[in-house]
Amino acid sequence: MALRLTREIIEVMQAHARLEAPIEVCGYLAGRDGMVRKHFPMTNIDHESEHFAMDPKEQFAVVRAARELGLRVCAIYHSHPVTPARPSEEDIRLAFDPDISYVIVSLAGDEVTVKSFRIQKGEVQPEPIEIVAREQT
Amino acid sequence: MNIRVNGETQVLAEGSVTVARLLDIQQVESPDMVSVQRNGDFVERDNFGSTLLAENDEIEFLYFMGGGACGCLGVRC
Repeated sequence: MALRLTREIIEVMQAHARLEAPIEVCGYLAGRDGMVRKHFPMTNIDHESEHFAMDPKEQFAVVRAARELGLRVCAIYHSHPVTPARPSEEDIRLAFDPDISYVIVSLAGDEVTVKSFRIQKGEVQPEPIEIVAREQT
Repeated sequence: MNIRVNGETQVLAEGSVTVARLLDIQQVESPDMVSVQRNGDFVERDNFGSTLLAENDEIEFLYFMGGGACGCLGVRC
């Protein structure tokens, strides 16, 4: 099973990561019918370069806003400003939701890398990202 | 008892259900890492076991979301 999203969603996550670097950024992706439709940038209340945390009040607001659009949160993303796009020990330890995809945007290389993972009970499985043309959405 | 959980209507067969019991019914594996709102108000985690649900309650729950690069390639937490 792949995480399906458009090039535009990838680019907006990359832009978000670049804009706030070296601070880590985070956000939600919401979709329907197996396809990401919308990106919701979130506040990193830790405001740190090596850690992020979402504000529960903002989380509830965004989950409700997505639902009102007929969407369901299906992934979260965060950036690794100087490390690769793979889950850190901290990412794995704090991955409590078994039903979503965990997307990491890395600024470590010459190009911005975006990868997705499923994390369940500490087990990490890479998840393919399928880029879909906007007209197919 | 009819309630709404994360936007979906649910019928609970049990007559007396706490927030903690609801999370159990929902098969939440890490209830200590979940935030809960009941009718738009946060329920303190210490009160999950004592907060009884009522007919037509609207319950929202979601997981804490955090992480980061610490622990990756020797980056200290």
